[in-house]
Amino acid sequence: MIRRSPQAFKQAAGAALQDVTLQQALHRARTGFVAKRAEAVQACPDFEAWRDRARDVKDAALANLDPLLATFEAAVRRRGGRVHHAADAKAACQAIVAICREADARLIAKGKSMVGEEVGLNEALAAAGFEVIETDLGEYVIQLADEPPSHIIAPAVHKTRRQIADLFARHHTGLTGRRSEVGDLVDEARQVLRAVFPAADVGITGANLLIAETGAGMLVTNEGNGDLCSSLPRVHIMIAGIEKVVPSMAEAADILQVLSRSATGQPITCYTSFYAGPKRAEDCEGPEQFHVVLVDNGRRALLNSEFRDILRCLRCGACMNHCAVYQSIGGHAYGSVYAGPVGAVLTPWMYGPAVAADLPQACTLNGHCADVCPVRIPLPDLLRKWRNRLHENAVSAAADRYGLAVFGWLARRVRAYRFCTRIGSWLLRNVFGRRGVITRLPGAVGWVAHRDLPTPNERTFFTQYRAGRRS
Amino acid sequence: MKSQIHSESNDSVALFVTCLVDMFRSSVGFASLRLLRQAGVTPQVPTGQTCCGQPAFNHGDQRTARAIARRVIDAFEPFTQVVVPSGSCGGMLRLHYPALFAGDAHWAPRARRFAAKVWELSEWLCEHGVALNVALPSCATYHHSCSAQREMQVFRQPLDLLAQVRDLEMKPLDAPEACCGFGGAFCVKYPEISGRLVSDKLADVARQHTEYLIGGDLGCLLNIAGRASRLGQTIKVMHYAEILAGMADAPGIAQPRPTT
Repeated sequence: MIRRSPQAFKQAAGAALQDVTLQQALHRARTGFVAKRAEAVQACPDFEAWRDRARDVKDAALANLDPLLATFEAAVRRRGGRVHHAADAKAACQAIVAICREADARLIAKGKSMVGEEVGLNEALAAAGFEVIETDLGEYVIQLADEPPSHIIAPAVHKTRRQIADLFARHHTGLTGRRSEVGDLVDEARQVLRAVFPAADVGITGANLLIAETGAGMLVTNEGNGDLCSSLPRVHIMIAGIEKVVPSMAEAADILQVLSRSATGQPITCYTSFYAGPKRAEDCEGPEQFHVVLVDNGRRALLNSEFRDILRCLRCGACMNHCAVYQSIGGHAYGSVYAGPVGAVLTPWMYGPAVAADLPQACTLNGHCADVCPVRIPLPDLLRKWRNRLHENAVSAAADRYGLAVFGWLARRVRAYRFCTRIGSWLLRNVFGRRGVITRLPGAVGWVAHRDLPTPNERTFFTQYRAGRRS
Repeated sequence: MKSQIHSESNDSVALFVTCLVDMFRSSVGFASLRLLRQAGVTPQVPTGQTCCGQPAFNHGDQRTARAIARRVIDAFEPFTQVVVPSGSCGGMLRLHYPALFAGDAHWAPRARRFAAKVWELSEWLCEHGVALNVALPSCATYHHSCSAQREMQVFRQPLDLLAQVRDLEMKPLDAPEACCGFGGAFCVKYPEISGRLVSDKLADVARQHTEYLIGGDLGCLLNIAGRASRLGQTIKVMHYAEILAGMADAPGIAQPRPTT
């Protein structure tokens, strides 16, 4: 899943910028998500206070994580479910494979789960011989295309309608004709996927929140596929990161009012479901077994780190929707399950800063992400913290560090600084660029690749100020 | 300095020129001085200043950033107000200096006191009032820098001041919240991505069909003007201080200087 090469980001970003189809898809997504969120927020005069509340709810839950998880586990047990603790990705996959084997499963219907992507669940299940079918429409599309998701909530956002039509025509050989209208494509996917749910032995879903008091997992979807995954197969497995736990339904409500508004601009998604325990004697339907796999995979360590705030993340995708860099290159260039600003913070943590050194650097620090984050994660500050680490551990480029060292030395020595700027200004004005701009300049290749360098319009301010100019 | 003793007593104003203005567009510094004087104060320019340290701070070199910040705080100690014609440097001085010294018993309080006296130029001018007597029969659009709007909460102020310029018609950009792709070292490290962002910004500018593109942060303006020059797109890029100070006739950023 992750491209383990330091050069990979720049190459992938460059290719993404040249990909005309991708650019069309990104352009449409950008305008849609941003406009819809803005509209939804405008309709809620208290939205900023709701963000404060959601932040506080998450912070309080994280400060009380282990007791809350214990309460959650006890509640799940009371309802006849089982809780499995997975310290890392491998343990999570092993636990789920074991449950599926014990249930003598063959076919697995899967709902969308970011933590499932994070631990490489589909690959593990396929390697163990199970047939897994993604039932979220976007996930289904990228499963057919054999691609990773490029967005947290819209995994196939990088695909155009035409590409999806081609994909369906190639894979749905039992159906007649190639369809190209959105409605027809959705119908076609529905027709294929509806057959999966009753046939599946195991249903796997993620969870947006875990409710400690009730032992329920909360899931929001717009397609209802989560409900079918959780109720029709014999076994329901819910996989969730440990940071998803909140004390009670009251806190869940606090999170819900900012979640979908930030994600899709909806006041609430079509389905908000709470899954708790297996089918009881009086229930007419439901799974025979209910399992919750709680995944740590670095989260407890994160809790004790300077990046703790990122654990508040609800995986709404607002930060990437509003990120200038994400909007330009899409999610795949990040080479990680998590793209955009949240991915730039999480990926170096998950895979080590050396292989993901570009991600915290590839940001203009414009702050738009933090402005829209429903739980007020200070994303630019967290990215700067990564930059501090990269600098301290000499992972950042040597040329940058030496350049800065010289600049830092000069900036503290006014006379030397004035001397250098005076010379620099003179050179730029009289040697390199006499026409107002410089089009080529060794040592400024990055700047002049796509821009001219404007030359100073006059001598430096301080040269003139010293000579008596005051206005 | 001697003649300003009376103004330094309780309300002395100092200009933080910024390193980009010093080097690339000194007229912005002189325009700032002119505007402050028009507003009734006698601005000082502490000569110990160089740069705010933002390049080091954003690169992750906290030690260098702190060393520079200490010098800046020292240099501006005697003044009660620090005015800076840049949202980006302003954000560094006001927001990030206190964070930079968090936990430092000596410097944290000094950094906080310093931060409390920092003003972005347009913010200062709006708050204290300035009588402008300037006309510019033209039309312009405005680029709000990300740090001005998000770190300094400066958005309306430059527009309110430009509204006082007679005969100047302002047309907003379609996406005033969009980043221009400068991002300090970002634009040099990721030239392709930065190039795309600044091209998008210039396309927005072109849609407004204006003679001027005005902004308040020289980093953004050098980036946008440099890209416009490369594309051959004619637009006069200037800092709002130049417009307000009646310097609009000079060549814009990246435009040829008159041969003298």
